[in-house]
Amino acid sequence: MTRRLLLAVLPLLLLGGLLALIARSDPADMLRGDGYPPVERLTVQRVTLEPGGIVARVMNDGPDEVTIAQVQVDDAFWTFTADNGVALRHLGRTTLRIPYPWVAGDAHVVRLLSSTGATFEREIPVAVETPTPSARFFGVFTLIGLYVGVVPVALGLLWFPFLTRLSARAMDFLLALTVGLLAFLLVDGAQEGFEAAAVLPESFQGPVLFALAAAGAYLLLEGIGAWLKSRRASADEGYRGWVLAVLIAVGIGLHNFGEGLAIGSAFALGEAALGTLLIVGFTLHNTTEGLAIVAPLARARQAVSLGGLVQLGLIGGVPTIAGAWLGGFVYSPIWSVLFLAVGVGAIAQVIGQIVRQMSREGSAARMLATRPVLTGLAAGFAVMYVTGMLVG
Amino acid sequence: MSKLSRRSWLRATGLASAAGAIAGAARARGQDSGLPAAHPPHDSHVMGVVGRVAPDGLKPSVYLRSWNFSELPADERAKFYRETPRPDGTLLREYEFFAADREIEIAPGLFFPAWTYNGQVPGPTIRATEGDRVRVTFRNLGTHPHSIHFHGWHPPAMDGALPGQEVQPRETVVYEFDADPFGVHLYHCHTVPLKRHIHKGLYGAFIVDPRTPRPPADELVMVMNAFDTNFDVENEVYAVNTIAHAYMYEPIRVTVGRLVRIYLVNMTEFDPVNSLHLHGMFFDVFRTGTSLTPSDRTDTLMLCQGERAILETTFRYPGAFMFHAHQTEFAELGWMGLFRAEEVSGT
Repeated sequence: MTRRLLLAVLPLLLLGGLLALIARSDPADMLRGDGYPPVERLTVQRVTLEPGGIVARVMNDGPDEVTIAQVQVDDAFWTFTADNGVALRHLGRTTLRIPYPWVAGDAHVVRLLSSTGATFEREIPVAVETPTPSARFFGVFTLIGLYVGVVPVALGLLWFPFLTRLSARAMDFLLALTVGLLAFLLVDGAQEGFEAAAVLPESFQGPVLFALAAAGAYLLLEGIGAWLKSRRASADEGYRGWVLAVLIAVGIGLHNFGEGLAIGSAFALGEAALGTLLIVGFTLHNTTEGLAIVAPLARARQAVSLGGLVQLGLIGGVPTIAGAWLGGFVYSPIWSVLFLAVGVGAIAQVIGQIVRQMSREGSAARMLATRPVLTGLAAGFAVMYVTGMLVG
Repeated sequence: MSKLSRRSWLRATGLASAAGAIAGAARARGQDSGLPAAHPPHDSHVMGVVGRVAPDGLKPSVYLRSWNFSELPADERAKFYRETPRPDGTLLREYEFFAADREIEIAPGLFFPAWTYNGQVPGPTIRATEGDRVRVTFRNLGTHPHSIHFHGWHPPAMDGALPGQEVQPRETVVYEFDADPFGVHLYHCHTVPLKRHIHKGLYGAFIVDPRTPRPPADELVMVMNAFDTNFDVENEVYAVNTIAHAYMYEPIRVTVGRLVRIYLVNMTEFDPVNSLHLHGMFFDVFRTGTSLTPSDRTDTLMLCQGERAILETTFRYPGAFMFHAHQTEFAELGWMGLFRAEEVSGT
């Protein structure tokens, strides 16, 4: 036993020795020689505008220590205080408070000068006072979440009684439509997530983080689905339909959380005065998500109580509100990446579930090649595409 | 669906049509605070640099009133400057100059990898009388070829800028010429790439006094300069005599009623012009200092790169007088200072 432990630990001990050797001899320094300039990299993670000035949260994501010597705002040296000092080690953070009289509606540029004269800039495209977590702003963000998340999903759910009266072929069409809708969200969320990942500090390895979070969400939901089904070994079709509906609602809810983040942060960063057309666009767009949730239930001819529908609607829609809160008050790009990734993983899992359910009797490929399914897929994608135009 | 495309949409059209609920909330917020957003006071003290430069670095207040190494103790000064009378009554003035790489603090905590004459930026001020012989022995202790190119009458062999006249590292050359004409001139490195050699710090003032001296005055040397700290061919820091806002924190002390003479040289790189504006006063301008008759009386003077002028004025009131580039951008990036005028007790 101890022998086995030793064998396991030995490579780790040797690795530790190697690291100590590197730290002592520092081969990189031998390469760089004396007077070689340090590699300096600062990222301004978040800028908020307060009545007393500009607050910038800064992180050093470069390999070497960076000292912030001075701050310039709009090409003027400006005084500042640093909550956590100005000398930042690798991954060190500080908060700069700059008493600058910013002008509502104008653009500003904050520039940090390191001790070596390197500059790091952050633009404030439209200056708007950053909302603070007050009752009113919780109210406003809740209202936005209701408009764009909860209400549309709930409206989509109201199709349920109609769906249950459809023929089997029509149901195939509808499920395929759902897959089309979700596939659109999958592509869109992935593209969005990688874009957000690209602007993260390099140390966070955004694209890898995105892939890991997406895969993690996929596997987690797969596990939950299997567990729910195993609770009733003789799961009848109706129960399976319910499980699938819950999973879809969870996937869409996670996606909507990411959506809420984007809305809240845009609002907080002053990039948004949400327009009527945008609200209308979200409402139309997200109504289709409600349809996606209830389609498997309808196919299973499962009777669902009003309470059940409300539950599904809340799972799918309410995260938009939470996302808007988080985005509005504590936004940082890493949240976007994580939640978009989780949404993508969840949606991928749900697509897999629906396809499995539809093709239970035969191969998935043959099932997909039928006319109702193909038209359903295309229609689902087209609906998302067209309503997506309203918001993007 | 996309966050970024949504945002761009928001930017493009959002401001025009606000959703009722949100606009209502925003209005309610506006009413609460009375104003769109409260602001910090527009207090001039919040503009400026944070902290102070280390006391062992460059000393703009000493540079201001030093020439021919007058700031050094006598024995030290003799290593860099000697004057020998000549039969015709003029002087032979001999200078020891060297080029050296040195990191200088141009704003508190902000270090610039400068190329310097004698370790300072601007380089030491050379001051002679018209007709004097100026002999500058220049040793290049830097890591790149350098030179000294003087403005003023001189034969081509003394130009320092012509092909083959670069001084390689470890080499020494001697520049020798007569001080002519009287006025305020400059010298700078003329090795290519020129703008890098200049903006890295290789320049200084060269003052030639007329044979009949100008009236006695409190004399100040001011070189308007700037630094491109991130090498993007734009200046991040502006100053007069190198250190941003130095004279804001250490005002230049002058005396009410006493003539003040400023030798002003523009060595700013990248920006075509620089300027000096003095608050609450006017000054006589002697362009290039080559005449004893003022060419202008103004409170704002613009100079092109390499241009210079002598300014004369007398403080009428005691108290603080601001001076700065009237390019307000330069002013807020460091080119701003104060005079503090004081009455002499008993007068």
